[in-house]
Amino acid sequence: MAEVLVLVDHHDGVVRKVTAELLTAAARLGTPAAVVVGKPGTVESLAAELGALGAAIVYAAESDDAAGFLITPQVAGLAAAAAAATPAAILVPATVDGREISGRLAVRLNSGLLADAVDVESIDGEVVATQSVFGGEYTVRYRVTTGVPIISIRPNAVEAAPTAASPQVVPVQITIDPAISATVIADHPEPIGDRPELGAASVVVSGGRGVGSADNFHVVEELADSLGGAVGASRAAVDSGYYPPQFQVGQTGTTVSPQVYIALGISGAIQHRAGMQTSKTIIAVNKDSEAPIFEIADFGVVGDLFTVAPLLTGAVKARKS
Amino acid sequence: MDIAVLIKQVPDTYSERKLREQDWTLDRDAADAVLDEIDSRGVETALQLTEAKGGEVTVVTMGPDRATETLRKALAMGAHKAVHVLDDGLAGSDALQTSAALAAAIRTLSVDLVIAGNESTDGRTGSVPSMLAERLGLPQVTSVRTLEIDGTTLRAERVHDGGYSEVTASLPAVVSVIEKINEPRYPNFKGIMAAKKKPVSTLGIGDLGLDPSTTGLANAASQVLDGAARPPRTAGEKVADDGSGGTKVAEFLAAARLI
Repeated sequence: MAEVLVLVDHHDGVVRKVTAELLTAAARLGTPAAVVVGKPGTVESLAAELGALGAAIVYAAESDDAAGFLITPQVAGLAAAAAAATPAAILVPATVDGREISGRLAVRLNSGLLADAVDVESIDGEVVATQSVFGGEYTVRYRVTTGVPIISIRPNAVEAAPTAASPQVVPVQITIDPAISATVIADHPEPIGDRPELGAASVVVSGGRGVGSADNFHVVEELADSLGGAVGASRAAVDSGYYPPQFQVGQTGTTVSPQVYIALGISGAIQHRAGMQTSKTIIAVNKDSEAPIFEIADFGVVGDLFTVAPLLTGAVKARKS
Repeated sequence: MDIAVLIKQVPDTYSERKLREQDWTLDRDAADAVLDEIDSRGVETALQLTEAKGGEVTVVTMGPDRATETLRKALAMGAHKAVHVLDDGLAGSDALQTSAALAAAIRTLSVDLVIAGNESTDGRTGSVPSMLAERLGLPQVTSVRTLEIDGTTLRAERVHDGGYSEVTASLPAVVSVIEKINEPRYPNFKGIMAAKKKPVSTLGIGDLGLDPSTTGLANAASQVLDGAARPPRTAGEKVADDGSGGTKVAEFLAAARLI
């Protein structure tokens, strides 16, 4: 069975959750092979974990330059592994980095790119990806007709179900051309505390204009924390300065598709709905009974979020204890 | 410094957007067409740089006839000239083909910097700027919220999923901006009148030196198998809060085994 390459998303020695999802997706299409791009020694510390997540092969694309340059080290690593493996497909996370890596790689390998897929399958030996278009208004199935299918997969779209393997480690040489690379001077991770990342969370609690102030957002955060979820915000809330921009959900922010989406004080403008309407279950709390968010909510409460949310937080905590 | 800005006409996200059921390409007639908001920020970025350092801004688009409206809007904002990549043979291009045509168009210019939006609101692949960088053999500095140029070096804050990074690159380079970069200016009357006289050149497949056997929907490297409109999401239960709304939500979630 042909190999399917997966770009490992790792930071500071931690493998991000989306990697497990991509290895599960890869197993549907062929033999999962993880590609680690990092400084020398990275693979040694990650190989066992990647095996537990289902990687049968781990390509080690290690270089002292790997962390200092933007995007091009990962492109070089995937290109080198693709030359060694002749893979059936190459999977990357549909994150900011992943989408740019996949774009550059598609040109380098002259291969078709299927971006932001929510599912992949093999039909008569051909790799087919499903995309969600216009914020979930359409689903479209695509295939690649030129080169190796390069597919970016949205975090949280595929449920990780690993079959553990004992991976074989295969070193590949990479050279990074500084003339075509931007240099990373410093990285500033956002302190997200114990909360899951917005794009990958299975529960998202978002606040909108109805939250009224930055100080009041603790009501949203407390509900999110009780559910082990991420905090989001509507564009109106972000534009009003209630919550930082990286937490914006919607057409111009992050697209989320969690198991549960709770909208507090969000009217549900089409721009917001485009970023969350593929959520499995939608709960809405809004004072305005005519708010469009109720048109897509599985359960809606017409009322004051400052009454409803704390009561819900208490009820969730009570069930857990 | 001379700058090329990539802009795109897209269906307005405030109107209903549709795909054509024959081939699942964008139904451009179904919705109002507008300059993608992120691209107006790209134009603003370029105008601020050339206002400070001199040079010209060329806006570049690929699209059908009516995409000229978008070029005129950018010219009215203050861009100096425009290039319209226009050819029926390009219809239905995927991101890989689009990047090839745009790279060819940019090669006809002599620019120090290429600026694009980080992703369009319709295609949303977010990959054209990096494809373009690879084709042009340039560094990419993408998803930036700040941009400073000092001589031939650019510095930027790049926002990614886990925070942000300070990055630097030598010019020429490809930059993509996110919506936090600036607030775009509105064209004023004088700008709108001036835009009518600014040069717009049109480039087709032949002018760009593209091989016609590689362009358009039939030759795309990614092709649609089938598609389906999502069944409309229907409203579920809606209750007025009588003081127990929070408890009722908890019961709903518990009944669905979600908590």
